[in-house]
Formats: sequence, structure tokens, C-alpha cells
Amino acid sequence: MNNTQALFAETFLQNNRLDHVTQLMGYHPQYLDPFLRTQNYILKGDGPLPFDYRHYIAIMASARHRCTYLVKLQIQEFLRQEGNKEWLNGLHQVPQKLRDLDELNKILAHQPWLFNKSHIEKLTKGKDNWSLSEVIHAIILLAHFHCLSTFVFGCGINPEIDLNEGHTFQHVTVPCNTQAINDCDSTQVDDVGVELLMLKMKTISEQHEESTQEERLMCFQKEQNQSAELISGFDNMSLPKSDVQRYTSDPDFSYQDFARHREASEITTFRIQDYSWEDHGFSLLNRLYNDAGTFLDEKFKIAYDMTYHRMGSKNNVDTSTFRRAIWNYIQCLYGIRHDDYNYKEVNELLEKNLKTNIKTLCCYPERTTKSDYDNVMREFRHSEKVHVNIMMLEARMQAELLYALRAIMRYMT
Amino acid sequence: MVSKSIICYLDGPANALAINRDSTQVVVAGRNVFKIFNIEEEEFVERLNLRVGKNLNLNFSCADVVWNPVEDNILATAATNGAVVTWNINKTSRSKQDMVFQDHKRSVNKVCFHTIEPHILLSGSQDGTMKCFDLRKKEASSTFYSLSESVRDVKFSPHHYFLFAAVQENGNVQIWDMRRTDRYEKQFTAHTGPVFTCDWHPEERRWLATGGRDKTIKIWDLSMKPMVEHCIQTIASVARIKWRPQQKFHIASCSLVIDFTINVWDIRRPFVPLAAFNEHKDVSTGFAWHHEPHIILSTSKDSTLYLHVFKDAIRPADHANPIGLDISCYGDISYAASNKIVRNGRSSFKGESYSSTKLPVFFRKHPSASDQFRSAVSSIFVFKNDGDKFLSMTWFIESARRYILSGRSFAELCEHNASVASDLQRPHVAQTWRILKLLYNAVPNLGAEHSWGVPSVGSISEMLKGIERDEAFDNSQEGSKSSRHNSGNTFKNRHQSGSKQSSRHVSGGTGNGVATTDRPDTSGATDNSTDSEESDNDKTITNIASGLGNTQGDFFFGDGETDQLMGFQCTLSQAPTIDSAQDWNLPGEAFQPRHPIKDCSPPPELDNAPSSPTSFDEDYIETKSMVGINGEVYDYTKLLMTPEVPSSPAWVFNDVIVDMLHYFAAQGDVQMCVSVLLVLGERFKGFVDETTQEQWFHSYIEILSCFQLWNVANKVISLSTISSISSLNQQSTTIHTLCGNCRRQMTRIGWFCDRCKIMPTQCSVCHQAVRGLYAWCQGCAHGGHLQHIQEWLQYHPWCPTGCGHLCEYT
Repeated sequence: MNNTQALFAETFLQNNRLDHVTQLMGYHPQYLDPFLRTQNYILKGDGPLPFDYRHYIAIMASARHRCTYLVKLQIQEFLRQEGNKEWLNGLHQVPQKLRDLDELNKILAHQPWLFNKSHIEKLTKGKDNWSLSEVIHAIILLAHFHCLSTFVFGCGINPEIDLNEGHTFQHVTVPCNTQAINDCDSTQVDDVGVELLMLKMKTISEQHEESTQEERLMCFQKEQNQSAELISGFDNMSLPKSDVQRYTSDPDFSYQDFARHREASEITTFRIQDYSWEDHGFSLLNRLYNDAGTFLDEKFKIAYDMTYHRMGSKNNVDTSTFRRAIWNYIQCLYGIRHDDYNYKEVNELLEKNLKTNIKTLCCYPERTTKSDYDNVMREFRHSEKVHVNIMMLEARMQAELLYALRAIMRYMT
Repeated sequence: MVSKSIICYLDGPANALAINRDSTQVVVAGRNVFKIFNIEEEEFVERLNLRVGKNLNLNFSCADVVWNPVEDNILATAATNGAVVTWNINKTSRSKQDMVFQDHKRSVNKVCFHTIEPHILLSGSQDGTMKCFDLRKKEASSTFYSLSESVRDVKFSPHHYFLFAAVQENGNVQIWDMRRTDRYEKQFTAHTGPVFTCDWHPEERRWLATGGRDKTIKIWDLSMKPMVEHCIQTIASVARIKWRPQQKFHIASCSLVIDFTINVWDIRRPFVPLAAFNEHKDVSTGFAWHHEPHIILSTSKDSTLYLHVFKDAIRPADHANPIGLDISCYGDISYAASNKIVRNGRSSFKGESYSSTKLPVFFRKHPSASDQFRSAVSSIFVFKNDGDKFLSMTWFIESARRYILSGRSFAELCEHNASVASDLQRPHVAQTWRILKLLYNAVPNLGAEHSWGVPSVGSISEMLKGIERDEAFDNSQEGSKSSRHNSGNTFKNRHQSGSKQSSRHVSGGTGNGVATTDRPDTSGATDNSTDSEESDNDKTITNIASGLGNTQGDFFFGDGETDQLMGFQCTLSQAPTIDSAQDWNLPGEAFQPRHPIKDCSPPPELDNAPSSPTSFDEDYIETKSMVGINGEVYDYTKLLMTPEVPSSPAWVFNDVIVDMLHYFAAQGDVQMCVSVLLVLGERFKGFVDETTQEQWFHSYIEILSCFQLWNVANKVISLSTISSISSLNQQSTTIHTLCGNCRRQMTRIGWFCDRCKIMPTQCSVCHQAVRGLYAWCQGCAHGGHLQHIQEWLQYHPWCPTGCGHLCEYT
């Protein structure tokens, strides 16, 4: 707890506020520390981009997921850095250089697998172009705030008390951007109990069934296809126009299931064994944007490894299989495949409810509702739900970065 | 045998390659490619495609491949899905797949056969474990837990039957004994960030090479405590390394990203690769040495398989000329260059004052094997600086020694330093000192007293004749001059019109004019006084004027000899002199267009003023008298005014001094900057910002210590008013006493050892700790308070401890 308090104090000193995101992450001081350091570094540390640009990019990224909370916070920061007020009127007011980034923003947020070296080429060529390290910096900012939006929606973070609606009574218990989806009560509660889950994990770790590779491949594809069906019902649902949309263009562009994509085009599955964060991503990133790789590496590691050996009310549980299932499922949504993982486990460990929740949060975070939060992982503690949300944040960020870095490497060679 | 480079195109990107025992076949493995080629004279001939069968699963997707070093028909691969697969190419069936071990939970990074036993296979996996497979029993015989996230490479030692090395993602290297599965023999942290690869030296038993993400290759000596023997900096993360056969110091490396070349390093030359093969168009993923050491095979993500021969390699060292140049602080130049550049081992220097007196030629030769670094023969030249020229620093040393920076009056300091400078033939610097003396010495005097010492005036003007006139100086002179005339004119006009308001204005103007002659700061006062006492100006003024006449003494008003007066004023005015004659003539032409009175309102130098409290009054009175003089006395006033025209200390020269200092700094003469700053001291405070000053001080002190002028440096430090500088010689000035018992420093208290809990400095007479002077006999080493010992020795010749020694104190 002391640890958390020190971190909170530091945050307050640096930002003049202790935002709700930080407060909630205070459940996991072990993670909060590298998270804050990374965020500070990319927003306030040394870097190729000017400070007003950084915050504007953050605004653009958060606006992509209509996360008004982050947009407002970042607008404040943007103005504090003496950013041009006119830019806040929308994308048409900003320099061409920033406007060029919108395409990248769109793709990274929703369909990172489309990202290829031609996008980089477009940015780095021509008048007042981007330098490669600027692109990297921008990409990290974009990815960070896309994923932070996921976290904000996933945990239903309320607006800060000084922001609009922060004081309003009826909103206090309701997450921002609440949409009236009341059918959630009708979904049958098929949530696995913790005990059942533990049993399954145990069997998985004990059994060494010799599944053939075809089966495994099938599993991966099945997983993707299944996930495609999960929330198809929402597909045509449109959200009301929000004022944050002026920082983005093409609002209808959104996540499409990777599986569906693969059938239609030439895009192949991303194999983690061929381009991994530890080996390739890190080296490239550190070369182009000093130290950023180190910060992110630490953050990813902690997010992946963090455990309290606890599940709900049970102690001394090895949660690694469960965590790995979540991590790999999220990356699977983005078409990233771990050769050495048996995707059957995902199906066994993650209930349909949880999977829907994860998918909504990663792909359409703006559609999340409070009942979504309440209905999943019922027997888990709040801190554990936050834990899962942190994993979503990081797994998704890694996925986005991997696609982006691979494109940059291809551009460089 | 093979004598030229060969290329072969593959079906897909390859991840690894291995070569068989007698270097006749090579196997290339990747996600979509798995083939064996025969190495022929001029080409690769495909011998076998192992990626066959209807069931092409992930077991065929290889991350690593090895060839059994004993049995030539056995291969092993590490699959990305975590399987370890063996292949028997002598199998009669179409599929050569032999055994599949699904023991690892995560991807397998590396596999390795035992160097002697053909049936022992070791694997290192992403799940953090290593497994040892017995191919006879067809099962994993033992598992080693690395306690790290993942194992990136494993290698059996070629010298020791049971030992193997494993490198981890967390930067650790572990040495294991196969017989002990519970604990490693040795562990040490080798790199920051993951270690990707390791290789035992084939001959040197103690050497293990490791390469990691921190872009280094390190050679470890494992004989004792692991120590870095050599360290090579690469430009990208190191993916694989391999020692070159038959060449003790050569190692090849390829990188993971960015850099596509395969570099061969001589570990004794860690900065430039010995040879580089850069045919690949994408990252090289695997390579292997042929048993003939001039051949290397490599494969890459660009789907090619290459055979390189050494003579086709690029020698980066050939494109770098070994050359070195340095200049000593005395201006001597030494220069070393390869004889390729310096023809005939001789060199000449363009310039008169350098004599290339010494030419000790020295050679550095390598054993000239064909594939070694080219032997570089270099000559070294020393050019001694004997002419007093550009690079000579004698002036610096001399000035540093002889300059006096404090302890005398300002004028003396300046004069002394000026003479030092002119001794050294530096007229420019000497002149600067003199000007400084003039400027800063003159001003306070002028302001303080009217009774000028005539001799000093004389000397000043004398000195000034020699001074090249500064332009700024001239300008300000001009400016003040014209404004002075103006004031004279307006004065006249105003008095004719006689309006109240304008008279105030006039008085301001004249006030300035008058004030500036002696003391700029009175103008404000004049204004006020005129405001308030407008009505009864006449009377008071006359009174005062008369009084003034008395107080002012003889030469100013008394005689009324304007001619004399003017002459005096001319010399009095500190700066001008040469112009003064002209100035003096000018006032006749009364009507000049009015200039803005810029120069007339200088920042008052109040801090100089209080030296004589009366002066203020005097000025005050004087100016008033001017103001109050009415039309009738106008002529007189005019006369009174005009002589004062040239004397205009209103000129703010501090800015000029700042410019001057920056000029010297830009010339590299920080000595001058610092000396001037120190000599001026308080007079010139706050005009140069502190950080700049600090820089100057630091550089000067640094140069001084180059010349070992410690005393001067120390003086400069202690004279400095900047706290960060003046504290420089106050750091680490403590000398700790040692405890005689445990020989440790007594850091906390000087006379009590915290460790031994004793007081080592006990007085043998009173048995108390001695905190001040401690006197002891050098014969028996006993002693105590100086006073006590003295008292004791008055009565006793022997030691107070009773050791029997007849103590002697000198």
C-alpha cells in the first residue's frame, strides 16, 4: 500500500491531478509503476515530437474510440503545452502533417493487419514529411491511447470531477458513454465458477494429448470464426454522433473480423515466432526511439507475468494458463498466432460471456456497458477484473505495435 | 575444392542451417523450407527435400536445425510449436521424420547434439526449461529448470563431457552439469536484456562467447570467476555467433534486425570487422563454417543460401586509414599515419616555426596470413613547436604567472597587467587593461569630487592619446555632444518664451546637461526642485549661486576666466580630449535641429556617489543656479554651459565591456575574460550572466591545470565570487584518520573507531582521547597531548606508558 501511495503522490505532483485511471490501477502498483513511467516518457520525456503534437495525437487516438474522458484530459494537457486552440476545432484545422496521421490512426485502431510499408512511405515522403523516429513516436502514442481507451471503457472510469458530468449525480455510478443496452440481463448467466475454472486449468496442465497440427490450426481458425460470431448482433448498431469525432475521419471504419478478412484477401496470419516483440520489435524500436523499447518491454513483461496466485476467494492458484489464454485470445482477435499454443484452451477456459466482453472491449470499446462489467467473472474480485483489463490493454498494444514495427522494418529493408 | 561464392534460391525464408561433419552437405530449415543440398564445386545440388508427405504440420516449421556430429544420417530440428523432431535420412520411406518429442510447452529455440555421444540431444525452450533427450530410449531423460522466462540457446561444451551452457532471456548465462538436474553449476549475468546465443571456443577451454540484444559479443573466461576477456560492439542485436575453425581469435556473427551482413571479427580488434559478407537482402538467420576456414555458408529471410569464400569478403579495415593526430598543450604536434598515406615514411609540415625534429618510426606488424588484418605499417612524427607562433602558449603561461589579480588598488592592478601584456608583445591586451583602468578608475573620481587631481588628468590624457579610439566611444561622444548643444539652444528659447511648463522642460534639459558633466544622477532631483520652487527661483538661486561660488572654490567660478575654465574642462572630461577642440568651437552655431536626448539619461551610478556626501548638494546647488539664471545672465550661462560640452561620462560603457569580454572569449582567450572579471570584481557585477562566467572560469581553470599551474588555478578559484567555482577547492578536503587497530578510516569521529570501539589516540599520560595535537615518540610510538608530554618530560626521561623507552622528542 505504501508503494501505491508513493506512486499516487508522484503522479499528483507531475500531473496536478490523480486521475481515475491511475487510481484504479493502484490495485496493481507493480504494474502501475512501469505504466506511469512509460506514459510519462512518451508524453513528457525526450522524444522527436513536439509536446503539443504529442497531446494532439493522443486526442486523435482516444477520439477514434470515442473515449470522451481521455479526449478531455488530453485537451487540457494540450492547452497547457500552449497548443494552438484552433486545432481543437477539428482535423481540418490542423497542419497537413498531423492530418496525414489520421489514416494511420484509423488502421491501427481497428484493423492493424492492414498496416503496411506503403503507409510509412506515404508519411515519410514529400514536403514537411515525418521522420522515421517521429513516426515511431506517433505510433506508440496512438497505440497507447487506443489501448488506454479500452481500459477506460473496460473499467467504466468516471469523468474527473472537474470535467463535464463529473459532478452530476446520476452519472456517478454509470460509466461514460453509456448506451442503453438493457438486454444484458436477459443473457443467461453461464459464467464459470472459479472452482470449475481451476479444475479445467488443472486438467489442461496435466493432459498431454497429442493433438495433431491440423487440429491445432483448426482450433485457431475456429477461435477466430467463433469470435466473429460473438457480437455480430451489434454490428449494425450505430452510436450517436459525438463531438469528439471531429478529431477523426471516416467514423464508420471499424473492426472487422480477421477471419473474414483473411478469406477475402491475401493477408496472412501473423506468426509470433517470425516476428516477436522480444527479438525484433524491441531492437527496432530502441534503435529508432531511444529507451522507449526498454520502457515498453518492462511494461509488457510485468503485465504478462503479474499474478497474485489467487482467483476470487481461492489462494495459491497458478493462474498462468488462464492469463495466457486471455493474452493469446486477444492477440488472436488481431490475427496473431502463437505456434506453440493450443487454442482449444481458450475455449475451455474462457466462457462465452467473457470472450464477448473481451472482444467488445478490444474491438468496439465504446459499446461497453456497466452490465458488461458486472456480468463477467462474477466470482472474481474487482482487482482481478482490473487485472484482466490491464492484460487487454497490453496484449492489444503489443499486437498493434508488432504490426506497425513489422511494417517499418519492411520499409527500412 | 570450392573456390568461389555460390548462391542458391530457396522456396521460402529460412531460419537456420547446419552443415554435416565432413562439410559435404548442408541442410536449410525454415517455416516452409526444409532441404538438404550437396556442396559441389560450383553449385548447390538439391539432394533431399524433407518437407514431404501429406501431413505438413507445424513439426515441419523449424526454428533451428542441427546435424549429428557423429552419425551423419541423423538430424534434429526445433519446431516453433514446441516439438523436438529427429530425422533419419537413411530411412527408406519418403518421409524421413523419425521421432517427435512434444515435451516442451512452448516454442523450442535451440537444439544441440552432444559432441561425442550421438544419442544425446539437448533442447532449450521458451518455457524456461532445457530437456535432455536420449534417442535410444526415445524419451526425455532429464529436465533442467532455468528459473527464467525462456532459454534462448544451449551448447554442449566440446571439452567437457558433462558440461553445457544455457543462455537466458533475462541476461543470465548458466553452466550446467548434465548429471545434476536440480541446480546449475555456475550462473552469471552476461548482458543487459536477453542473451540470444553462445558458443564454446573449439580449442581454448576457458572461453565462452555470448551475444545479446544489447548489441555486444562478449568473450568470457570461465576458468575462475567469469570475466569478460573481450567485448565487441556491433551495430545491431546479435542473433548467432560461431567461432571460426583453426583461427583462434576469429568469430562470426549475424544480427537479428537491421544489419544483414555476416561479420567476422578478430576479437583483438573489436571495432572493425575483419571481414563482412553482405550479399543478403534481408536479415541473415543462420550460418555455418565449412571445415575449411575460408568458407562460410549462410542463409537468410530473403530465401537464399550462400556459400561465401573469404577472398570475396569485404574488408572494412581496408577502407579505414589508420591515422592519428594530436596537439600537446605546448603546441607540439604529433602525427601517426600508415605508410600508405605518408609516402616513403616521411612527412613534411607546411609552416615555418615547426621543426620535425624527432622521427621515431615504429612498425606494427601482424602475422601476415592471407586472411588477417592487413599489416599496417605506421610512422609517427613529432613536430616540435619552436617558433613562437599561433599554437605556442608561452604567452598564456607567462601571463598566468605574472598577472596580479588582487591585493592592490585597481589602477595598479590594471597597470601591472598591462605592462605584463606589453612585455609579451600583446599590445592589444595591454591597451585593454589600460582602458579598463581609465574607465573604472576615472568615473568614481569624477562623480565624487570636483577637485580633480590635476596630475592624474594629465596622465589620463596622455595615455589616451595612444589609445585607438573605440567606435562606440566615438558615437556616444557624438550623441552626447549634440544633445548638449540642444540643451543649450532650448535653454535659450525657453527663457525667451518664459512659459511655466516649458521652463520645467528646459530645466530638465539643462539639468541633464549640467548633471552629466559631473554626475548623471542629479537630473531627477533638478526637475523636482524646479517644480516646487518655481516661484521664488530667482532669489534662492542667486543666494545659492553665491554660496556656490564660495564653496566651489577658486578655479571653477571664482576667477570667471572662462578661457581657463574651458581649457581645464577639456582635460577634465575623461574621455574625449582630441575632439574637444572642435567641440569647443561648435557652440557658436547655435541652431541645430533638435535630437532626441537619448544619451542624456544614463542609468545613475548611485553606488559610486555616496563616497562624498557633499557632492550631491553641490551638484544640486549648481544645477539650480543654472536653472535660475534669467535672461540677463544668459550669456554667462552660455559660457558656463559650453565648456562642459565635451565632458560626458553619461556613456554607459558596461555594455562595451561585456562585448569586449565576449570578444576575448570568442578568440579563445578565457584568461583575459577571467582576469578582467576578477580585477573588476564588484565594479562589474551582474553584467555577464553567471553561467557564462562559470564556463569561463571552468575553462580557464582547466587550461591552467593542463599546464600544471596549480597555484594560479587555486588563486583564481578562491578569488571567484561565483559560489560553484569558489567551492571547487573546498571539496574533499578532509583527511581521515586511520584506526591503528583495524586500519580503517574513522569517518564519523576522528578519534573514535566505530568498529573496534576504542579510542586509538589515547594520551599515555591522562588516558583521555586526544582530539587536537598529538605528540608521540618515534621510538616507541607512545604519546599523547602535547602539553602533557611536555610536562611529563620535564621530570621523567622515559616513556609515560612504562614501556621503558627513553623517549626523545625533537
